[in-house]
Amino acid sequence: MTETDTTLGAELVRRGVSRRALLQYASVVAAQMMLPASAARTIAAELAKVHRQSVIWLSFQECTGCTESITRSFSPTLEDLIFNFISLDYHHTLQAVSGEAAEQARETAMKENKGKYIVVCDGSVPTLDGGVYSTIAGRTNLDLLHETVENAFAVVTVGTCAAFGGIPHAKPNPTGAESVASLVKDKPVINISGCPPVPEAMTGTIAYVLSLGRIPDLDHLGRPMAFFGETIHDRCYRRPFYEKGYFAKSFDDEGARQGWCLYEVGCKGPVTYNACATVKWNSGVSFPIQSGHGCLGCSEPDFWDRGGFYRPLAASTSTKTGMYVGGAAAAGALAGLVATTVARKRKSAAVASMAQPAPEKAESKEG
Amino acid sequence: MELLDFARGPAISVALAIFVFGTVWRLVALFGLPRMHDLSVPRPGTPGPIVAGTKEIFRRMWPRHEFSQLSMFSFLNGYVFHIGLAIIVFAFAPHILFLKGLTGLHWPALPNNVVYAVGAITVISLLAALIHRLTSPVLRLISTMNDYFSWFITLLPVVTGLMAASHLGARYETLLAIHILSVCALLIWFPFGKLMHAFLIFISRGTTGAFLARRGIQF
Ligand code: SF4
Repeated sequence: MTETDTTLGAELVRRGVSRRALLQYASVVAAQMMLPASAARTIAAELAKVHRQSVIWLSFQECTGCTESITRSFSPTLEDLIFNFISLDYHHTLQAVSGEAAEQARETAMKENKGKYIVVCDGSVPTLDGGVYSTIAGRTNLDLLHETVENAFAVVTVGTCAAFGGIPHAKPNPTGAESVASLVKDKPVINISGCPPVPEAMTGTIAYVLSLGRIPDLDHLGRPMAFFGETIHDRCYRRPFYEKGYFAKSFDDEGARQGWCLYEVGCKGPVTYNACATVKWNSGVSFPIQSGHGCLGCSEPDFWDRGGFYRPLAASTSTKTGMYVGGAAAAGALAGLVATTVARKRKSAAVASMAQPAPEKAESKEG
Repeated sequence: MELLDFARGPAISVALAIFVFGTVWRLVALFGLPRMHDLSVPRPGTPGPIVAGTKEIFRRMWPRHEFSQLSMFSFLNGYVFHIGLAIIVFAFAPHILFLKGLTGLHWPALPNNVVYAVGAITVISLLAALIHRLTSPVLRLISTMNDYFSWFITLLPVVTGLMAASHLGARYETLLAIHILSVCALLIWFPFGKLMHAFLIFISRGTTGAFLARRGIQF
C-alpha cells in the first residue's frame, strides 16, 4: 500500500486510537461546526475512510506566527493526528528539502493530485512593481499563487495577512500587499483569520472538509461560521461587568485587578468575530482578555488601521476632529459677524431713509 | 467594517464641525443683531428684565391651571423624552467615552440595562408625541416639515442605538456604524432646524418674559 492509499482509519488503528475516541472527536467537530449530533457518526465514518489529503502550503509576506501557532495546537490530540495525517507536500518551515527539490515537490504534488489538493496560504501577496517585493525561487508570490491554485480543490487562507492583507497591508502599504482572497476569484476560499488564528479553527475546518468533502458555512468575509459566527464580546466572561458599567480605566487600576470590562482601555471584542473566548489558547488555558489585555480585533480586516488599540470603540478615530471643530467654530463666528454686519447696515439704511422725506413726497408737498 | 471606519472617522468629525459651525453662526448672528430699543416707559413696580425673564422661564415649565387638562399630556410627555434623551446621551458609558475623547471630561455612567430601559421609554414617548401632534387639529395645523423631520432625526439615533445594543437586524458593527451615522445626521440638522431650540428656548422665553413684564402684564 502506498502512502496516499493509507486511510485515516487505518492510521488511527495503527496508533492505537479507538473507534470510540474517533466518535468522540467527531462529536466535538460536529458541535463546533454547528451540525446536528447525528452528523457525528457520518463525520467519524467519513474520516475513517479518507485518504491522505495533499496540501500545499504557500507562505508569502508573513512572520511565520501562523505556523508557530498551529504547530503548538493542543497536543497530543486526535486533531493533531488528523492534521499530521494530511500529506503536507510543500511548506517552507516544516519541509526537510530545500531549493530546487522543494519546488519540485510542489510541482509533483500539483500534477499527481490535480483538482484534489488543498492550497493553504499564509501571508499577503505584494502586487506593486510587478510583485518584486517577495519572491520564492526567483518567482514572485503572485506568480506562484496563480500557478498553484489553478488546479486546486479549494484554498484555505491562514491568518489575517492571507485573509485580509493584515500587517503588510497596513497604511501606507508600501508593497501593495493584497489578501489571497482578493486575488483568487475562481476557487472556493476559506478564510481563517487571526493574528495568529486559533489553531483549532484551522484543524477543525480541515477535518470538516476532509470528512464531509464540502466547504463549511462561511460568513460574508469567507470565514467558517462555526468559529467566526459570534463576537468575542458575545462570549466574553467579563460581559456582566460591561452591562453593569464596571470598566477598568487603566491596566493597573483596581478595576483591572477586579477583572472588570476592558472596553475603556480599547477592547475591540464587540466588533471582533473569533473563537478566542470559547476555544481559548494553549489547551484552553486562557485568551488575551482573560490575561488582562483588551481584544485587538486581529481577526478583522485592517485591524491595524482602526485608530489605535487603546482607543475605546466609542471614541472617534479621527485625530483631526479638534482641528475641524476649532476651524468650524471660527468660520461660524465669522459667518455670524457677516450676517450681523449686513443686518446692521440694512437697519441703518432703513433708519436713514425714514429720517429723510422721499423726494417725490417733498415735491408734492411743495406743489 | 469599512462603514464603521467611515462612521467613526471622517463622518463624525465632519458632522461635529458642521454642528459647531451652524450653532456658532446662528448664535453670533442672533446676539449680534442690532437691539430694538424699547421706548415705552416701564410700568411702575414691575421687576427688572433679568428677574422677569427668569420667572418666565420657570413659569413656562408647567401648564397654567386653565390649560392643565388640555396640555398636561404634552408637558409630561415632553419631560419624559427630554430627560430620557439626556440620560441616554450623558449617562451611557460608551457615550461618555465618546465625549471624553472630544473634551477630556468624564463622569460616572449608569448601568447599561438602565439606559436600555430609558431608551425604550424614550422611543415610546417620542411615538406618543408624534401621535399627539397628528391627532390634535391645532398642532397639526401649525406643524411643518421642519417639525416632523426634527422628530424623525431625534428618534433615529435612539432606535438605531437600541438595535445595536440588542444586535437586532444586522451584525453589530453594521448597526453601530448606522447608529453613529444617524447621530451624524442629527448633528448636521441640529443648528438648521427646530432642534436649535435646545440653545434658544430659554433665551426666547426670558426675552418674552422681560418684554411682557415691562408692559405690566402679570400672570
Ligand atoms: S472585555 Fe471586551 S469583549 Fe469582554 S465584555 Fe468588555 S468589551 Fe466586551
